[in-house]
Formats: sequence, structure tokens, C-alpha cells
Amino acid sequence: MFEAIAFYFFSAILIASAVMVIAARNPVHSVLFLITAFFNAAGLFVLLGAEFLGMILIVVYVGAVAVLFLFVVMMLDVDFAELKRGSLQYLPFGALIGLVLVAELVMAGSVWAVKPAVGVLAHAAPAGVTNTEALGRILYTDYIYYFQIAGLVLLVAMIGAIVLTLRSRPGVRRQVISVQNARTAAMAVDMHDLKPGQGSEGGA
Amino acid sequence: MLFTNLLAGLGMNHSLAWFISQFLSILIFDVVLLVMIAYLLLADRKIWAAVQMRRGPNVVGPFGLFQTFADLFKFLFKEVIIPAGANKVIFMIAPLITVTLAFAGWAVVPLDKHWVVADINVGILYLFAMSSLGVYGIIMAGWASNSKYPFLSALRAAAQMVSYEVSIGFVIITVLLFAGSLNLSKIVEAQATVGPLGFLHWNVFSILFPMLPIFFVSALAETNRPPFDLVEAESELVAGFFVEYSSTPFLLFFLGEYLAIVLMCAMCSILFFGGWLPPLNIVPFTLVPGIIWFLLKICFFFFMFAMVKAMVPRYRYDQLMRLGWKIFLPTSLLWVVVTASWVLVFRHHV
Repeated sequence: MFEAIAFYFFSAILIASAVMVIAARNPVHSVLFLITAFFNAAGLFVLLGAEFLGMILIVVYVGAVAVLFLFVVMMLDVDFAELKRGSLQYLPFGALIGLVLVAELVMAGSVWAVKPAVGVLAHAAPAGVTNTEALGRILYTDYIYYFQIAGLVLLVAMIGAIVLTLRSRPGVRRQVISVQNARTAAMAVDMHDLKPGQGSEGGA
Repeated sequence: MLFTNLLAGLGMNHSLAWFISQFLSILIFDVVLLVMIAYLLLADRKIWAAVQMRRGPNVVGPFGLFQTFADLFKFLFKEVIIPAGANKVIFMIAPLITVTLAFAGWAVVPLDKHWVVADINVGILYLFAMSSLGVYGIIMAGWASNSKYPFLSALRAAAQMVSYEVSIGFVIITVLLFAGSLNLSKIVEAQATVGPLGFLHWNVFSILFPMLPIFFVSALAETNRPPFDLVEAESELVAGFFVEYSSTPFLLFFLGEYLAIVLMCAMCSILFFGGWLPPLNIVPFTLVPGIIWFLLKICFFFFMFAMVKAMVPRYRYDQLMRLGWKIFLPTSLLWVVVTASWVLVFRHHV
């Protein structure tokens, strides 16, 4: 009973906030609704018993990725009147994408109905193993090479982004911490013994 | 967990007993936590005062013991001011989010053996998630205020907290590799030993030792405490993200900040100082309840937090980023490999 209430609670908020992501006028509101959607999806994962996936969804998507979304969107100079006027011209394209997604959902659902064997887990977790451990075994033991290749692909993408945006400007004075720490009083201060009324010679 | 058996013994339906006992333990936990925060706040101010050879709060009540409550009522009875240009809904939601997340994190903290509101499998990940969500209160407050200083503060907070989460994440990975579990109670129990010198078996005296300073400093940065309080740097940003806040919403930010700090102290003691375990397994020490040891360890780390604020000048923003990305990230990443190898060689004897 309690699980059913929790399920409908999370799903209702998830769907409502997903609709609001595209319906909200202000892009910052859209991102905040997206975060609410992520959060409720994590709740659904926890209800399914996949607590590791739920927590990772929050840590990675809500805690890091969405923060950067928000970071970028907050700095946009948004013209609300312009946004309202232009939104209808994308309607056919958006409707097309929506239709494709709905068709795919229906296809996936009907496969389940026609051939129930598909629904059986290919890698059911052994009894007495937490789903964290079960996921770890699949990722790091059974499919370690695929996992490593995925990591390499990400590394290449990261280095590519850095190379594309790196500017090397000549003549920039950089702070080198080790040089600063190695500086002693003798290197910085020049001691002169001055007699009264004489002044320092040559500006030393 | 605590009262379920008691209530079920009175002839109550089990699920109802569970529900009521959870509700009661959350209520008691939160009230105790609030009173504890009130006195830790006073201790904080007394410690800074002592470092600067001042007296600190000493007027309200004996030795100023009621100072925090006086402040509380002052905040509650002031007028709530919402700027005309602010985004009102988000402006009011931001402090609520901060304080709710700060309370929510405590749900998985084990105070003693079996003394925990929610003993979940992924407790440490849950704590990490809650502390990483703390940035939203600040970002939303900074943006919704529709004012320059809070906005700059929000941008700083976003970059700073995401940067230090990375190293906190790796420190947590080293600890859970060592303990072999993500459950906080099991992480504490993995540090238990039968010998008399119990403290030698804590994580801080193991191969994980270099991770303690990294975790502590990252915790300072994650909770925006000095020397990393660039988010509210009053010399540059007036007061940062809460410039526009007054009265109860400001109080909620204040409370959320201190709850997050004490939560970080609790994490330090669970991950590295054996949680509720006594330092020595001999008679006078083992008679003391575990919760007392846990609270003492929290107070010790809180004292460290206060001393850092009293003694260390504020960092520059580029130095903060350098420390996070160029020193802590590589070190903690290296230590994940070192710990994993250590566990593989000495525990599994490969």
C-alpha cells in the first residue's frame, strides 16, 4: 500500500515536472523543473530496489551535471518576449520528435506483451548480493574491456574539448607557487647603510 | 528502528508501529540536533573570542548560555523583506531547500550500534548526494535575488562546491574500498577490533591516513567555511548569496550551514575515527555509551573547524581552484589506486 502511494506520488511529480521543463517560459525554471524530475526518477529507482542507481542519479546528474546547466543558463541574457514569439515555429519539428519517441515506447511495450521472455533479466543478481555489488561485478568483471573502452572514448572527448578551447597567449605573467615559496628575504631586500643627509645614490 | 519493538509489544500492528517509531525517532533526533547546534554555535563564538583574546557572548544568561536562543527569537520576530525585483517563489524556496537537505543528511548517520533512523545499504552515497545538493540552495538564492553580489556569489558557489565534491568523492571511494561496504554502520564496524588498543584500528591509523587532511579541507570548502568562504566574502560581495535575505529565511540559511558543518564533522568521525567506537577497549572506556564517544568526536572536529576559522586568512579564488583541481584531485585519485592495491595484496593475497 505504502509503496503504491509512493510510486504514484513520485511518478505524478515526475511527469508534471517533465511537462513543465518544456512548458516553462524562463529557462532557469526549466532547469529547476528538470532537477525535480531527476530527483523523482531517483525516488522511483529506490522504490524498484535499485538504490545504487538512484543515488548515482542524484550525485552525478543533480549534484554535478545540472549544476553546470544552471550555471550556464543563469548567465544567458534571456529576452522573454523574443522567446514567446519564436517558440511556435519549432512546433512541427518538436511534434515529429515526440511522435518518434512515443512510437518507440509503444514498440518496446508491445514486445513485452507479445514475448514475455524478453522481460526476464539477462543478468539477474545472485541472491544475497546488494545491487551495488551486482552492478560492480557486471561492469568491472564481466565487461571490463568495454568499460575501459568507454572510459577511453570519454578521455578523448575531454582532451578534444580542452584542445579546441585552449588559447596560448604569449607574454602572460604566470604565478609559479614554487618560485614564490623559494623566495628568501635576501633575494627581495637590498640593505644599504645610509648616512643622515646623504640620500641613496642611483635610486638603489 | 528504536521504538518499533516497544510499540509492537503493546499490541500494535507492525507497520503502524514502524511508522510511528520512525516518526518519533526523527522528531527526537531533530530536536536534539537543533539544541546541539545552538550550543555548538555558542562554542564556535566562544572559541573565536578566546583566540582573539575577547570574551565573546557573555550577557544573555549565565556565561552567555542563552545567546543563541536570543538570536533565534530576534530573527523570528523581524520582518521578512522580499526585494521587488526578486523571483519570489524561488527566493523563498531556496532557504527551505538548504535547511531540508541539511536535516535529511542526518537520516543515515549511525549514532551508536543500531541507533540510526534509516540503515540503508548506500548510506555513504546518500550522504554524499545530500551534501552535493547543498549547492542548490545557494545558487537559487543568488539567482532569485536578482542582484549583482548574490549572483556573483552563486556562480562562485557552483564552481567551488562542484570542484571539491570531486575530491570528497574519491576520498569516500578509498574508505569504502577499505571497509568493503557503503553502509555507514558497516564502515564503523570495519574499524572495530578486539585488542585493547582499539584506536590503532581506526581508518586514520591505516593506509588511509593521507585522506583525512584532504577530506577535512574539502569539507571546509564544501560547507563554505573560512578560509574558503569566498561565497560570502564580505570584503568583496557584502554578504554573498544572502545579501537580500532577512529574518526567518536568513535564519534557515544560517541553520542549514551549521547543520551541514556538523554533518561533515560526523562524516570525519565515521569515516576516519571509528564513529561510536571507544578509543581503548578497557573498562572505563567501554562502559561509556557509544553515542558519547561519537558526540565527543564530532565536538573535536567542530573545534578544529572553529580554530581554522579563527586562525587562517581567506584564500584567493584561483588558489582555491588550484588546490582543488591540481593538488587534491590527483592525490586522492592516486590514493584510490594505492588503497585498492593494498586491499588486493594484503586482504585477498593475490
